[in-house]
Amino acid sequence: MRVRLSIQRFNPALEEKPRFMSYRVEVPRSATVLEALVRIKEEVDGALAFRASCRQAICGSCSMEINGHEKLACKTQVLTEIDRHGEIKIAPLKNMRIVKDLVADMGPFWHKVRDITPWLIPEGYGTIAISPSTMKAFDNSDACIMCGACLAACNSNEVSEGFLGPAALAKSNRFIADPREGNKKERLLNLQDENGIWDCVRCNFCVEVCPKDVKPMEQIIKLRRASIQEGIRWTKGSRHITGFLDIVRREGRLNEAAMPLKIIGTDIAGILRIIPLGIRMLIKGKVPLHYKRGIEGIKDIRRIFRERGL
Amino acid sequence: MRFAYYPGCASKGACPELNQSTRLVTEKLGIEIVELVKSSCCGAGVIGEADPDLQLALNARTFSQAEEIGLDIMTICGTGQGIMSTSNERLKEEEGLLPRINGMLKEGQYNGRIDVKHLLWILVKDFGLERLKERVVRPLSGIRVAPFYGCYILRPSSVLGFDDPEKPNSLESLISILGAEPIDYIGKTKCCGFPIILEKEDIALGMVSANILEAKDAGADCMVTPCPLCHMNLDIYQEKAGARAGKRLSMPIIHLPQLVGLAIGIEPRELGFSRHLVSPASLLDKLGA
Repeated sequence: MRVRLSIQRFNPALEEKPRFMSYRVEVPRSATVLEALVRIKEEVDGALAFRASCRQAICGSCSMEINGHEKLACKTQVLTEIDRHGEIKIAPLKNMRIVKDLVADMGPFWHKVRDITPWLIPEGYGTIAISPSTMKAFDNSDACIMCGACLAACNSNEVSEGFLGPAALAKSNRFIADPREGNKKERLLNLQDENGIWDCVRCNFCVEVCPKDVKPMEQIIKLRRASIQEGIRWTKGSRHITGFLDIVRREGRLNEAAMPLKIIGTDIAGILRIIPLGIRMLIKGKVPLHYKRGIEGIKDIRRIFRERGL
Repeated sequence: MRFAYYPGCASKGACPELNQSTRLVTEKLGIEIVELVKSSCCGAGVIGEADPDLQLALNARTFSQAEEIGLDIMTICGTGQGIMSTSNERLKEEEGLLPRINGMLKEGQYNGRIDVKHLLWILVKDFGLERLKERVVRPLSGIRVAPFYGCYILRPSSVLGFDDPEKPNSLESLISILGAEPIDYIGKTKCCGFPIILEKEDIALGMVSANILEAKDAGADCMVTPCPLCHMNLDIYQEKAGARAGKRLSMPIIHLPQLVGLAIGIEPRELGFSRHLVSPASLLDKLGA
């Protein structure tokens, strides 16, 4: 079949900004986007730059933006994309510097992964038997092929480029889950600051685009849970969780107006900063004042919390 | 058409105008709703961060209340929909999970027999857009509306499944039926930033301004959202986000049932616009409402 692909071209050494170029090629009905790209490079335009290697979703090289979403070109079929979007529009991974055409600079991505110390720091030496149930704890966090799709799709990274991001944090949980690892508490402590686990906004984009079902956001949630269980509770992020639990246990519902104080605590400057907006909300009738007694059936909710040890 | 109505925390707290407009719209359309008065918070994903079983138990408890009256649940919160869909899927599919979670409940048991649907889905599919079109008495002509889905009504799509997360269409088709023009922009499926507004304000405000500026550049007169948490962040924090970005945003943020209400002839003052921090006066003027 003959298909049309619209591909973003850009050579930063010669051009001011990227432009889209249209290519028509003949490909089999079963063709992947990568096969179409290879055909364009071989038959139409040898100057087209893109990365690829294994052609079977193992190496992670050919991640790019296909019809606005991060995908592996080798795992994406031409026909499926046309059925879904009516066209095929290809660009490099977003929120990264473009080296040329579809080749994005992966440097910052690698640095983020390096920053979490992506190797085992064993507790002593010896043999540890790893059972199938132990492997379950990894929950696929070890399946990452470092394609960078999750970082390109990450909403927090988009507005805060320092954020460690989904892949690096999922990798971090891979070591927290490893029974051989001896440095767990320190690993968690290193993730508490700015750019760490509490910068994730839980938008689920990384879960959606990951070609290997690593579910990075779920791994970040596990890191948050592990932090609280380790007693690391001074961050605003952890106070959000513990404060939320307090309010729902007491009232049955979340009272948004009570949340700021749970997070800010006794920081006077912080309290003063939220007062103006609080007053505007109060005037607009956005501060509920009737929760104190709790909702109907609150006793049963409190019982459930109590039996969970909360 | 009857549903067990799950109002959620926001519509009973900071967004009473959402509860108010939902009641007016469903009543006018003849969709009967029975409020689950004993239902709790869904956990919003936050309780699940600390204790996944507790979040499941709270939702199973709500589901059992709907099951007892034999009705599917109607939500009006994108976040609630996401958490409840995910919980329901797990309770129905994971072997051994339902009996274990039921073991935490005392007042009723959940048998995995109900579905949870957002008001948006009910209007588009159960009620039907053609039928809704017949009820439009004040077409929103000349108004350009930016749909803002937010995260949880779309993702994880393996569980939500109503819209294609890469190319959602339910809000757009609803906006068109009401007589307005839906505008397209990349930010419509992105995060509003609300989950971290209190602890990472800078990042969250960056999301607010980026999304609103994009909608504005695309020519939107207002944004409409099926999630009150998105509404809170985009409306309540809009002025702050604008100041941070050095831009004047002034973009009215409209709850889904408010937009429907305007088109089916409910008086604007009844729909609770006076509770918004960003006044929708410009929009209402344009409509001559």
